[in-house]
Amino acid sequence: MTTTATVRPGDPARPGDPTAVGHGAELSAAELAAVRADFPLLGRTVRGGRPLVYLDSAATSQKPQVVLDTEVDFYEQRNAAVHRGAHQLAEEATIAFEDARASLAAFVGADPGEIVWTPGATSAINLVAYAMSNATLGRGGVEARRFALGAGDEIVVTEAEHHANLVPWQELCARTGATLRWIPVGDDGRLDLSDLDSIVTERTRVLAFGHVSNVTGAVAPVARLVAAARRVGALTVLDACQSVPHLPVDLHALGVDFAAFSGHKMLGPTGVGALYGRRELLEAMPPVTTGGSMVEVVTMEATTYAPPPQRFEAGTQMVAQAVGLGVAADYLGELGMGAVAAHEVLLAEELLRIGEIPGVRVIGPSNVGVGPGGLPDRLAVVSFVVDGVHAHDVGQVLDDRGIAVRVGHHCAQPLHRRFGIAATARASASVYTTTDEVGAFREALAGVRAFFSVN
Amino acid sequence: MSSLEQMYQQVILDHAKHPHGRGLVDHGPGDLLQGESHQVNTTCGDEVTLRVAVAPGAAGIGGTVESVTWEGQGCSISQASTSVMTELVTGASLTEAARLDALFHDLMSSRGRGLGDDDEDVLGDATAFTGVSQYPARIKCALLGWAALKDSLVRSGALVSTDGLR
Repeated sequence: MTTTATVRPGDPARPGDPTAVGHGAELSAAELAAVRADFPLLGRTVRGGRPLVYLDSAATSQKPQVVLDTEVDFYEQRNAAVHRGAHQLAEEATIAFEDARASLAAFVGADPGEIVWTPGATSAINLVAYAMSNATLGRGGVEARRFALGAGDEIVVTEAEHHANLVPWQELCARTGATLRWIPVGDDGRLDLSDLDSIVTERTRVLAFGHVSNVTGAVAPVARLVAAARRVGALTVLDACQSVPHLPVDLHALGVDFAAFSGHKMLGPTGVGALYGRRELLEAMPPVTTGGSMVEVVTMEATTYAPPPQRFEAGTQMVAQAVGLGVAADYLGELGMGAVAAHEVLLAEELLRIGEIPGVRVIGPSNVGVGPGGLPDRLAVVSFVVDGVHAHDVGQVLDDRGIAVRVGHHCAQPLHRRFGIAATARASASVYTTTDEVGAFREALAGVRAFFSVN
Repeated sequence: MSSLEQMYQQVILDHAKHPHGRGLVDHGPGDLLQGESHQVNTTCGDEVTLRVAVAPGAAGIGGTVESVTWEGQGCSISQASTSVMTELVTGASLTEAARLDALFHDLMSSRGRGLGDDDEDVLGDATAFTGVSQYPARIKCALLGWAALKDSLVRSGALVSTDGLR
């Protein structure tokens, strides 16, 4: 199945060149208008006829028509069980499912066999954690021993993690006797690597970290962390939920062992995401969820398992969603992730101007710099507090103006505790966000303290 | 009045700025039944710690809410609601407190329609939260203090279970 975006604003002269990030490479006004026209939901009004200003894309993105159409088309034209059945529909469904895997793999710089469909990123991270659990119990034989953990072993995360990349590791430690350690966050909202060598040591077996913080927008120094993990033979697990929709991501080039990301944050459907694993690791890893579709030979006494990725895809898969996600990846790929990232650098800079509003404080880096590979070192997800007004109340006033932001701890309580705050409001952009929308947001935000009579 | 102004009525903003009952008080040993509860709104991390002291009724039947004190941090809705509740239930019998709790829950389920005049008279300032009931995400904020009251009454031993106070 090769459904493609109906509009292709990406300029073929700069096809996703990661070094092209910066002013001048961003989407033109016409390209951006074409992109917005692809997203039906962006046309609706809210709260008594106000145009929607959707600044909650870090929670979930909106979907282009081509993704919606693809799901409908799948159900209307080729719905069947995949990887079984001798009929034409089954064949077509299987081809669509595997083409989607190939699209997604190409989009993130991986081989199709290294992409496991999961219900989302949380499931993907848990898959790795439970595979390690099973290896600890002796499952998977000799090859899987490299994943076994015990007392004296350490798992390292960071203080900036989303709960999805923290709690599974806490639980894995509790099941295996391993110890959890973490890299702290500095006052600037970036990882504080000053004690990295004493945190990532010979005892470290896993180093799990987010590529981009869903609170501060800070981009992690992946190369440095991967080098630290490799030096001690630790596995790296990258939470790429907030990077894959916004930056050119090449997982092979990054050199991580595993990566997790969700479909719904990258213009795709809910209910589908992916685990990336280096091929030799997936091959050595014992299964987690067992049942149909993931087996080789089953007798009443014992079962042998299919090679990856099928080994990790037990039961009927989310086929229509996976096919939709493949098209979402194609859509972003055709825009060019270099152009997408450049557009979002502009948005990040515009969002960060809220720091000029009296009483507004940004939690995280206050400007956008250039990181490794010419990529931005912070993205267009900006969390903030308003002096004297609780985040919930901030969000409510913005909502009354049609502006959708997130409020709360954004599934990162330890990071909020680090800054001594219970809750923040968060504005986050995506490829379809305009600087005019960010301007409307800033204007509404400037009136919040007056509404609550705070000076 | 816009929906937003209906939610943030002046009485709510006033209570949020100058809340009643803030600052936990321990009445020490004596005849009062005391209980404390800590409640968290898991969606936003807002929290309240609330202490109640109940004077037991004659022959151990019923009782009167002598004092409600609390500490907490959260949005203006949760702070104001806890403050208004403190005023309403202080000095009330357990039966009256149970009725107020039931009425406030009914108000929060009213989707902005409010209650009948008689019931609203009983709720007094708390009827200002009618506008909140139009916003499903904020109803929990308004109920945080009430949940802490209910739980602390149970913990004090003044109520056998939460059945007494819905």
